[in-house]
Amino acid sequence: MRPRNPFVMDCGVFTTNYREDMAIIHHPGAKLKVLAVIAFFLVFPFMVGPYYVSVANLIGIAIIGAIGLNILVGFTGQISIGHGAFMGVGAYAAGILTATLGLSFWIALPVGGLVAALIGGLFGVPSLRLKGLYLAIATLAAQVIIEFVIVHWPALTRGPAGMVLPAPTIGGITLDDDTSFYYLILIITLAAIVFALNLFRTRTGRAFMAVRDRDLAAAVMGINIFKYKVTAFAVSSFYAGVAGALWGHYLGVISPEHFTIHVSILYLAMIIVGGLGSVMGAIYGACFMTLLPIVLRELADAFGRSFGGLTHVMLSMQEAVFGLLIILFLIFEPDGLAKMWRNVKNYFKLWPFSY
Amino acid sequence: MSFFLQILISGLVVGAVYALVAFGFVLIYKSSDVINFAQGEFLLVGAYIALSLVVFYQVPFLAAVALTLSMCVILGIVVERLVLRPFIGERAISVIMATLGLSLLMRGLIQMIWGTETRTFPGIFPDTPVRMGDVVVSQVYLWSLAIAVLLLAVFTIFFKYSSTGIVMRAAADDQVAALSMGISVKRIIAIAWAIAAVVAAIGGVLLGNINGVNPSLAYIGLMVLPVVILGGLDSVPGAIVGGFTIGLLESLAGGYLDPLVGGGVKEVVPFVVLLLVLMIRPYGLFGKEIIERV
Repeated sequence: MRPRNPFVMDCGVFTTNYREDMAIIHHPGAKLKVLAVIAFFLVFPFMVGPYYVSVANLIGIAIIGAIGLNILVGFTGQISIGHGAFMGVGAYAAGILTATLGLSFWIALPVGGLVAALIGGLFGVPSLRLKGLYLAIATLAAQVIIEFVIVHWPALTRGPAGMVLPAPTIGGITLDDDTSFYYLILIITLAAIVFALNLFRTRTGRAFMAVRDRDLAAAVMGINIFKYKVTAFAVSSFYAGVAGALWGHYLGVISPEHFTIHVSILYLAMIIVGGLGSVMGAIYGACFMTLLPIVLRELADAFGRSFGGLTHVMLSMQEAVFGLLIILFLIFEPDGLAKMWRNVKNYFKLWPFSY
Repeated sequence: MSFFLQILISGLVVGAVYALVAFGFVLIYKSSDVINFAQGEFLLVGAYIALSLVVFYQVPFLAAVALTLSMCVILGIVVERLVLRPFIGERAISVIMATLGLSLLMRGLIQMIWGTETRTFPGIFPDTPVRMGDVVVSQVYLWSLAIAVLLLAVFTIFFKYSSTGIVMRAAADDQVAALSMGISVKRIIAIAWAIAAVVAAIGGVLLGNINGVNPSLAYIGLMVLPVVILGGLDSVPGAIVGGFTIGLLESLAGGYLDPLVGGGVKEVVPFVVLLLVLMIRPYGLFGKEIIERV
């Protein structure tokens, strides 16, 4: 590639060979940008108060979960309304290891992910015969059944009362405040993003997309669709399990209410609003949907002071706004925030001579 | 024995309501291939509107029901026009998410208007229980069962003999062929949504008279999924058979298994059945099997 002026923007992606075409980072300027973003997040806790760090932590966890769901729904085309339950499986598996058996968090975290992957793969088996609407209903059954087991197996999960989880420790440091946990979440979130970005440059990732686009055609081309559908369920649930385990240990307590169907719908909303079939979309959606209730609450507080009595309808209003946003995004920008951001960037790439 | 009969009757009543709600669900699916996750919220809206009319505006019960139903007709048509019309021919995920979003939106609005506490209908059906042998049944149950069964019969006849019913069946069978015969499929879909909203509202009023009205009533919208999967997503008789089967099953499981595991079996048994049905016979008892070709 010809050396180029680093201070002007690209007016397009021009590649001359496959290696360049497959690259995640297309030119040195973008590499600088990524490094700058990572550097920003490294110093982020020192620039803002602990409240914003805790919000960032929740966003990080949501990003992991949303990427997982997007791998399944956006990239493989298998609809799941059971993501919240799979997060619960990961959280409870990890929680049982740390709180009940006293094992280290560093063992419990991957094991939580693996157990969730196993259960998720199991509930992915119906995808052999079902697709579309029917599969969505099967995953809804998974959600209901897993929730039932969590509530009604108190010997293992302590039932509706929930479990108290210990804070993870590393080399004598206990990760029990927002800032220390922030770095743990940051590292895992980055790993999750990099893994997902790379997954779609491999045979497996391409097979996922072939299954999404037309599964019969994929089967004709020699892709074992059952294997890849179950793999997608397992990978997605692994992400969910890790996110759940992190969430549980960050909150310090888990109970069945954390993993209801509402959580599943919230994560679906994230990837719809962010953009189906896009890793960046999952990130934008997770940020958006985590920040939205916070912004709404601020607004309600502000208005509540002048009008009064608005705060008690807050939760209902939040639900209504979520629903409205999902519908509006689906109608007006089905590819979500990721597409909107791309449109803005494309506009400025050619600005001011866009024609 | 009397315990068994008691359970049987409450199962039949719940099953009848399931059948009603599932009926609307199947109607929408048949005419437009949409799975309506907001069916439970339609039920809730109907129950709340009727309740408000009866309690706050002192409208006589039957007039209140008539008013509620006409409002639900409008609601069904408006929802179809504003929310679902843009999704004709879209991917399954978009349609599912649209109705999930609709259910969130409706539930949020309902809770903003009516709050979350349980409200009860003033006694409309006589309080005195009926004795049948050694079983005691409250009249609400019998009335609900009778009304639901009557409505199911009316709608079945409507579909079989009325011209609108025949047109609807034609549109469900083959949209393109129906269009070429001069049938407006858009109108059919709107009618389907209106009928679905109406039957859901009736279900809501009946259940509201039995248990009181609160937002958790919308859970019926989820419980109706096992019903329609068992009966077949596109089969009206399937919805009726499935409704009664699941209602009875749920009641029996709740009565006999709950003491063993400590409650909650009622909610999970239908979904276990659902998974089994999906594994063995995905198109349900009476559904049409879809054969896919490349």
